[in-house]
Amino acid sequence: MFKYLKQLTSLVAMVAVLFTFTTETMAAKKSKTLKNTQKKGFVRCGVSQGLPGFSNADAAGNWTGVDVDVCRAVAAAVLGDANKVKFTPLSAKERFTALTSGEIDILSRNTTWTLSRDADIGLTFVGVNFYDGQGFMVRKSSGITSTSQFKNGISACTNLGTTTELNMRDFFNSKGISYEPVTFEKADEVVAAYDAGRCDTYTTDKSGLAAQRIKLSNPDEHVVLPETISKEPLGPVVRQGDAVWEDIVRWSLNTMIEAEEYGITSANADSMKTSDNPAIKRLVGAEGEMGAAFGLDNEWNLRIIKQVGNYGESYKRNIADTGILPDRGPNELWTKGGILYVPPSR
Amino acid sequence: MNFKVKDLGPQLITVLAVVLIFGFFTYNAQVNMENRGIDFGYGFLSQEASFDVQFSLIEYDGSHSYFRAYLVGLLNTILVSVIGIFLATILGIIVGIARLSSNYLINKFAAFYVEFFRNIPLLLQLFFWYFAALRTLPLPQEAESTFGVFFLTIKGLYVPAFIWENFSIFFYSLVAAFISVIFIKTYAKKVQESQGKQIPVLFISIGLILIFPLLSFLIGGVSLSFEIPKLKQLATTSFVFDGGLSLPPELIALTLALSLYTATFIAECVRAGVQGVGKGQKEAAASIGLTPNQVLKLVVMPQALRIIIPPTTNQYLNLTKNSSLAAAIAYPDIVLVFAGTALMQTGKAIEIVSITMFTYLSLSISISVLMNWYNKRIAIKEK
Repeated sequence: MFKYLKQLTSLVAMVAVLFTFTTETMAAKKSKTLKNTQKKGFVRCGVSQGLPGFSNADAAGNWTGVDVDVCRAVAAAVLGDANKVKFTPLSAKERFTALTSGEIDILSRNTTWTLSRDADIGLTFVGVNFYDGQGFMVRKSSGITSTSQFKNGISACTNLGTTTELNMRDFFNSKGISYEPVTFEKADEVVAAYDAGRCDTYTTDKSGLAAQRIKLSNPDEHVVLPETISKEPLGPVVRQGDAVWEDIVRWSLNTMIEAEEYGITSANADSMKTSDNPAIKRLVGAEGEMGAAFGLDNEWNLRIIKQVGNYGESYKRNIADTGILPDRGPNELWTKGGILYVPPSR
Repeated sequence: MNFKVKDLGPQLITVLAVVLIFGFFTYNAQVNMENRGIDFGYGFLSQEASFDVQFSLIEYDGSHSYFRAYLVGLLNTILVSVIGIFLATILGIIVGIARLSSNYLINKFAAFYVEFFRNIPLLLQLFFWYFAALRTLPLPQEAESTFGVFFLTIKGLYVPAFIWENFSIFFYSLVAAFISVIFIKTYAKKVQESQGKQIPVLFISIGLILIFPLLSFLIGGVSLSFEIPKLKQLATTSFVFDGGLSLPPELIALTLALSLYTATFIAECVRAGVQGVGKGQKEAAASIGLTPNQVLKLVVMPQALRIIIPPTTNQYLNLTKNSSLAAAIAYPDIVLVFAGTALMQTGKAIEIVSITMFTYLSLSISISVLMNWYNKRIAIKEK
């Protein structure tokens, strides 16, 4: 009797092992991050600690901004609900570690795409959702109207661990100006230090300057200088090693931008299903099998447009209507004189 | 035999468990780093740092290496720790003795100071000094000078800088003075032990320490002049002090917070030490005719020090480790410069955090070794 029991157990064990192997290999085709996200029921998204227009929480804890909308778009695509996002506010210093260590799955936090970040530290940038450049803010009363009026001994406040810190050095070095860098970990501390007069100038991405200006005690007394000293393409980042998840985030962003190009909005998305243009039909899930490659259904892109809106809607809602940067500048579609241009969904 | 197994078994299991846990974490880190394409290595230390630091004791700019940036941070940490320990010790001794005073006002004031500063979190005190107290200082152009040469402004404290000529001769004259003081001291002790005569060592020492440097000025060609900070206009309403020495407000706030906080603990150590010396000791010393000063110097303090030193060592270690809060107020210490900016720019989290941890460990152990050596020196030597 015992003899048989032993054989039976080993048989069961063997079957179990085989079974696990087969399910493992089948699941491997599907993204691990996607699987985990669907299991958890929410997208884990890293955002800033408060940058109006990009990622900012109101008093009730609701996050808004163009960076936030990227995560919402992914949530709409993979979970069917744009609100199923868990936001983690991160300082510039913490952001990459949080992503590489697996604490978050998307980093959408006004992060500049650079070669060394993309290549070195286990990250992959999936696209650009805001074209920015670094600038300087000074007090109007100082009479400075251009960076050419900067003099030796100027003190500049900025954020720690950013490309800003490096650009600042390149800029002052090339002009031969000696300066005092004062770097804080939190953006709010930078603003407070500049506001109190600790620094003569505040330097960061121009969109950031425009957004932070609102937080100053007297916004009207400050002015952003016209010069732009660097290229700062800001975009969402994912961990290296999960190509499918990378594609999902990339094409969620692309869908928003392409939807604007074809005039698909959250209001008219459903009616676009019967459009004559196959490109539009593909964008609202009415033609082709656009989700299969990601392991998603066919209406993932329709949900993004319906729930979050196209890029233009997102920009207007978060950046233009809030008075931060009413003029879209380079962040206009390529068809309208800007440089927003994404590959086609087909 | 049985006992041995009983004794060894749990210990072996513990060692095995510790090794396994460490092994697991190392393996896990390796596998995950490989998966994400992060390489491990310390080669980045020789790369160009390409960021500037606000305040540095050694020559540094962005064209130097990450290793140099590490040194800048380390030296800034040591600087604030040394100043903090120095101030905290002086203040701690004064307050500790004040708490033993029979004067009601002094006693209560000291007690209030200790209770107040000891019971508020250090980070909060740091924020108070930096974001509240120092932020209300005037702008450079509105600053009133102290004695016409010191300027305390929101951008920092500006003091005159010393301009030395032939500083090394002055330095050697000081060294010579100290060597002769030590020589006189040993000689005086010998004379007292053999002939019972007392030589006024204190006066001679003061005289020597003054005469040697003076000679270096008169005949050694040493000269000293001051560079007084001058207000310089950057733009219509933007000013800065030029020349002289500038101490950034971040350094001032950090030093204030660290020394005021740690001094309370040192004061309690001092009080405990002095109170720990038996009353009989003082009475016995007085009864053999020692003056109150001699009682304190020869009987009470040597015994009190033995009680004071070990817990005070702890406070020195705490102060050094607490200096890492500098990162909260933009003082460029090792955490801000190296574990902050350098970590961000290179992404070498494991390497940089491990170096930083090792650095703090080494700093703490150095302080411990130094203090233990001193503790041994003053310990009772049983014959």
